Amino acid sequence: MSWRTKKNWTSIMIHTFLVVGSAAMLLPFAWMVLTAFKTRSESISVNPFYIFPAHGWHFENFVQVWNSYNFLVLYKNTLIMIALRVLCACLTATLAGYSFGRLKFPFKNFFFALILVQMMVPGQIFIIPQYLIVSRLHMMNTQFALVLPGAVTAFGTYLCKQGYQSLPSSLEEAAELDGANIGQRFLYVMLPLTRSSLVSLGIFTALFAYKDLMWPMIVAPKTNCTTLTAALSRLQGQFTSNYPQLMAGAVMAVVPMLILYLIFQKQFVEGIATSGGKL
Amino acid sequence: MKKRMSVRARTEAIWGLAFIAPTIIGLLILNYYPIFETVWQSLCKTGDFGIGNTFIGLENFRTLFHDKEVFRTLFNSFRYAVLSLPLTVAISLVLAVLLNRKMKMRGVYRTIFFLPMVCAPAAVAMVWKWMFNQDYGLLNHMLGRKVNWVTDPAIAMIAIVIVGVWSSIGNNMILLIGGLQDIPKDYYEAASVDGSTGVHSFFHITIPLLSPMLFFIIQTGIMGALQLFDLPFMIMDQSSRAWPSVKTITYLFYEYAFEKSNRGYGAAIIMFLIAIISLLTFLLQKSEKKWVHYD
Repeated sequence: MSWRTKKNWTSIMIHTFLVVGSAAMLLPFAWMVLTAFKTRSESISVNPFYIFPAHGWHFENFVQVWNSYNFLVLYKNTLIMIALRVLCACLTATLAGYSFGRLKFPFKNFFFALILVQMMVPGQIFIIPQYLIVSRLHMMNTQFALVLPGAVTAFGTYLCKQGYQSLPSSLEEAAELDGANIGQRFLYVMLPLTRSSLVSLGIFTALFAYKDLMWPMIVAPKTNCTTLTAALSRLQGQFTSNYPQLMAGAVMAVVPMLILYLIFQKQFVEGIATSGGKL
Repeated sequence: MKKRMSVRARTEAIWGLAFIAPTIIGLLILNYYPIFETVWQSLCKTGDFGIGNTFIGLENFRTLFHDKEVFRTLFNSFRYAVLSLPLTVAISLVLAVLLNRKMKMRGVYRTIFFLPMVCAPAAVAMVWKWMFNQDYGLLNHMLGRKVNWVTDPAIAMIAIVIVGVWSSIGNNMILLIGGLQDIPKDYYEAASVDGSTGVHSFFHITIPLLSPMLFFIIQTGIMGALQLFDLPFMIMDQSSRAWPSVKTITYLFYEYAFEKSNRGYGAAIIMFLIAIISLLTFLLQKSEKKWVHYD
């Protein structure tokens, strides 16, 4: 075999491997969508040729799940929770990150140790007391409860600090000579330059909030106060074996984020790569 | 002697403290106070219906060390880690090496393998539960057999591992591609001048230079696996006879703390898990010197 044909063979084998792998990745998505459009009896027919809905595409599953679970409210709750968490996390983390990365102040090392230690402790240790805080404030089943644990972020602060530290100090010195105070230097000179770490943090925060199951289940057990993820766990209890309806619910829960991912692919991948995939 | 701060330094200190104030105050209320409260709760007996605390010293831990369920669920969590982590790392490493090269469709492949990362695990678990369905599931259709994926205690953990690996390879692949891109090209060129082939280079250049990233992935992977909660909970019926063989220690914590309203015991379980995770982190850090190469 010549060098060239050998190279072609390797290439074909690699592509075959990747295509099989991709099929395995996509199969559950395809099966989810196809099932969501079937009738119940069709979904439990043992005829494997019924891969596609044979009796037309049924949208009733979506309608039924949408109505019985009030998806409009779930979308609204989830969206508001994500938006507030992203806003709080980015705002507090970029301020603290700038301060840790560029300013001198007393007890800086001690405060930074507080950031580092929080990142090392497994999150479950916070949950019982956080739940008690929410319940003592009589804030169960509220947006406040859903957002609370994400109000500040040690990890995000660390990420932003890295971003600010990597900027050259000459920029800030120039602004200082022009008479800008620290607030102005931060807002007009430094902040715009760390946009990419903020985008990473925002995406990381949004994904984390969207995927979390335990917290919304604990503090927002009421169906019309909870998030998409937590509602799915209820849905499963109610439509136990009505798989087309369950799949319709799953489709409605994953599609918005999938669309966002396909649009902002580069940012998503960068966000995960820089955040080290702590999800 | 205490030095007086100049006006400039004082202004900077005020700005600095003001900027960190929201984060630090938030951490103190939401994270540091909870750490102490959880430690305290673990030393208390929670009253009926979750009301009231009575200090009982180490009684919860004494019960815990004799509680077979704690060790069984801990064993399940470990079993999940041991089964899923090597598979995840191996597959994502192969994918990363393949998809780091210039090739057609590279972007498409990367997008596809990354898809599960943006899906809620609760939804992913529901879909897989349906795929695993004994009578009508797609997997059994394709295999032409009736495997009891989620009801046979011997197989159930494998089902969970499949979903876990499927969900996390994309994420690790992205991290490893990042690591691969940091390896200077001339290393490979120098090696090929010395007659090193692809496989040889892979084990003598790629793996050692990638070891910090691999270490990171293994470390976070173990932590994540030991804290597994949503997949078993969503895929299995809690009434199924296979449930005891996949119930994780984090679920046990959730069950005691929030379903049985026995916060004291739940807190003790989570303290126990954290002690184990800390011990493992310590051991991993020690082993790091032996096989992880930093420049």
